[in-house]
Amino acid sequence: MTTIANAPTGTQRSVLDALEAESIHIIREVLAEFEKPGLLFSGGKDSVVVLHLLAKAVAPLRVPIPVAHIDTGHNFDEVIKFRDSVVEKYGLNLVVGSVQEYIDRGELTELPDGTRNRLQTRVLLDTIENNGFDVVFGGARRDEDKARAKERILSLRDEFGVWDPRNQRPELWSLYNGRHEPDWHVRAFPISNWTERDIWAYIERENIELPPIYFAHTREVFERDGMWRAVTPVSLPNENEPVELKQVRYRTVGDASCTGAVLSAADNVSKVLDELAIATVTERGATRADDRISAAGMEDRKTEGYF
Amino acid sequence: MTTTLLRIATAGSVDDGKSTLVGRLLHDAKAILADSLDDIARTSAERGFGGTEGTLDLALVTDGLRAEREQGITIDVAYRYFSTDKRSFILADCPGHVQYTRNTVTGASTADAAIVLVDARNGVLEQTRRHLGVLALLRVPRLVVAVNKMDLIDWDEKAFGQIEAEVLALADELGIISTTVIPVSALQGDNIVEPSQVAPWYTGPTLLGLLEDIEPKLGGGTARLDVQYVIRPQGGLAPGLDPEQYRDYRGYAGTLVDGILTVGDNVQVLSNGQPVASRVKGISTPAGEAQQAQAGDAIVVELETNLDIARGDTIVAGELPTAHREFQANICVLDSAKLTNGQRLLIKHGTKVSAAKLSTIDYVINVADYSQQPAESLELNDLGRITLRSQAALAIEQYATSRTGGSFLLIDPTSGRTLAAGIIEENNEAA
Repeated sequence: MTTIANAPTGTQRSVLDALEAESIHIIREVLAEFEKPGLLFSGGKDSVVVLHLLAKAVAPLRVPIPVAHIDTGHNFDEVIKFRDSVVEKYGLNLVVGSVQEYIDRGELTELPDGTRNRLQTRVLLDTIENNGFDVVFGGARRDEDKARAKERILSLRDEFGVWDPRNQRPELWSLYNGRHEPDWHVRAFPISNWTERDIWAYIERENIELPPIYFAHTREVFERDGMWRAVTPVSLPNENEPVELKQVRYRTVGDASCTGAVLSAADNVSKVLDELAIATVTERGATRADDRISAAGMEDRKTEGYF
Repeated sequence: MTTTLLRIATAGSVDDGKSTLVGRLLHDAKAILADSLDDIARTSAERGFGGTEGTLDLALVTDGLRAEREQGITIDVAYRYFSTDKRSFILADCPGHVQYTRNTVTGASTADAAIVLVDARNGVLEQTRRHLGVLALLRVPRLVVAVNKMDLIDWDEKAFGQIEAEVLALADELGIISTTVIPVSALQGDNIVEPSQVAPWYTGPTLLGLLEDIEPKLGGGTARLDVQYVIRPQGGLAPGLDPEQYRDYRGYAGTLVDGILTVGDNVQVLSNGQPVASRVKGISTPAGEAQQAQAGDAIVVELETNLDIARGDTIVAGELPTAHREFQANICVLDSAKLTNGQRLLIKHGTKVSAAKLSTIDYVINVADYSQQPAESLELNDLGRITLRSQAALAIEQYATSRTGGSFLLIDPTSGRTLAAGIIEENNEAA
């Protein structure tokens, strides 16, 4: 039998098919080459998509790794409820690293501004170490931030959990090298090449369930720094910040004390996609107070060992 | 029409206006949202860019990390994303100066097309030869050469014609099949997204127009799947599945890297020893059961016979690659550690990792004039030819026929660092 080298065969695949195939390839490489993988799972849309891809990568098997939630204690109730239903549905083993417990034990001190994203780093690193994870999957994407734009798909962290942008391993073709020193670990980012729009388009195509706060709902909010904040026990308005009832949705889920909502009437995925097509502000710029403090906000947190 | 994905790599330095070009492409393709644009406008004003209020320094779009600005270094490849109605793009932005070869090899390894910048005032320089040499080695299927700063030579048609002819001659010498040369001004936005109003003599495509029309090369040739993961129901089925139905299930998960695989195809399984024959019983794709899969699909294959297949084995339909324990290859050194004769290594080829030994360094390639010189060792950013011995037999192919079958990594067995990237160029006789 003869084959003509490079004869064009098949048809061009869609963007989502190409991204999905790349992600599944990465996930399978990691599952095969590491001893003890885990998945960082916040209930946010990106980690939900990674879990969906993980399930596809091993089908018909059960997702063979535990999921770890780094819980700031500043949660939206809907997200925790969603997390638990997902754990149930996939038959997962859930590990929780609780920032609140660290604060209660006096091992972490609340920051002056009361936000807890930055406090997660210590809990994250301990959770990785205590569970013996040599690799954890995360849902970070390169289009989120300029520090993330330079992140590898397999990103090495030293014994202190530190990301060293000057010392990254080159990644070529689809050959991934996750070898590392015994007390180091690896963060694996299988959806690195997806954009926010790709994520939503995939959620629509695959009919993936998300926490309800991603869709327009009526909520008590107040305006701070040009951002709509939910009224919750951990984010209360000052006297000069009137509370209003607005129709809002979230573009990201995180620490409820510093995650902002956007005004929106998009109550389903297809309407979210329509809104995204005309969006004028980036995902993190719109909704993350901690990334607004300085252009290097993410870079600083990442070098400390953040997600 | 399906929107498709195109992966592009850029090569060029700040001096050629690469940052401005990438910034212009993203800006004019409307990939920069208002809050990022505000940041750029503020910084442009602070630095007094352009002298007039409201002029944007588009090079700031690709402004790097604080760690880079503080130390005056550029940290390797950055990935950027933009899309048009026709297509989504992933752009690997490879810095030009420091560790040029290492970065360009990395960016070009997955690229469907590469953009090389030439400064219209300087024409083809040694640097251009270097850029094209590396891209030719990596066999990037499409090459786009943007002759930038045309405004600074008053859009001189004749000067452009000379540069174009030189570039095409060089590409021809290097065996790059598909090359397009476009006159542009990244600063003023001519021929990037919008056609130039000042140079009606140029009737070719704009840069973005061209990128939108390039058809990514599909993986032709022999159907090949490197087994990543063996799926057996003993691992525990997903909730809701019937164990009876999967009792004898054995699936081989992997990416079909070349060709087309169809249920019923006769296949050979290449393990460390002789090929073993079987037939495809079933194919699952991420969308479910399928009759056929094509290059690039992440699939699970079931075979009609029960074989002892493990990660690292290769399933092939059609012409068999020959298994080799000794072969020659071109490599690019990616690490600051030197490679020397007799060095012990690990090789990662497809999904197989094997002990290996660098038998001999045959020569080092001078990327400026493509000449070959003898060498005792190979250092960071060197390109060279080596002879390698591997403990396991590897199902290698020529890189020109199979990007996956013809590429590998060399890894330090102690530190685990990636030392070099390898490309299998010529026919290696069976060992």
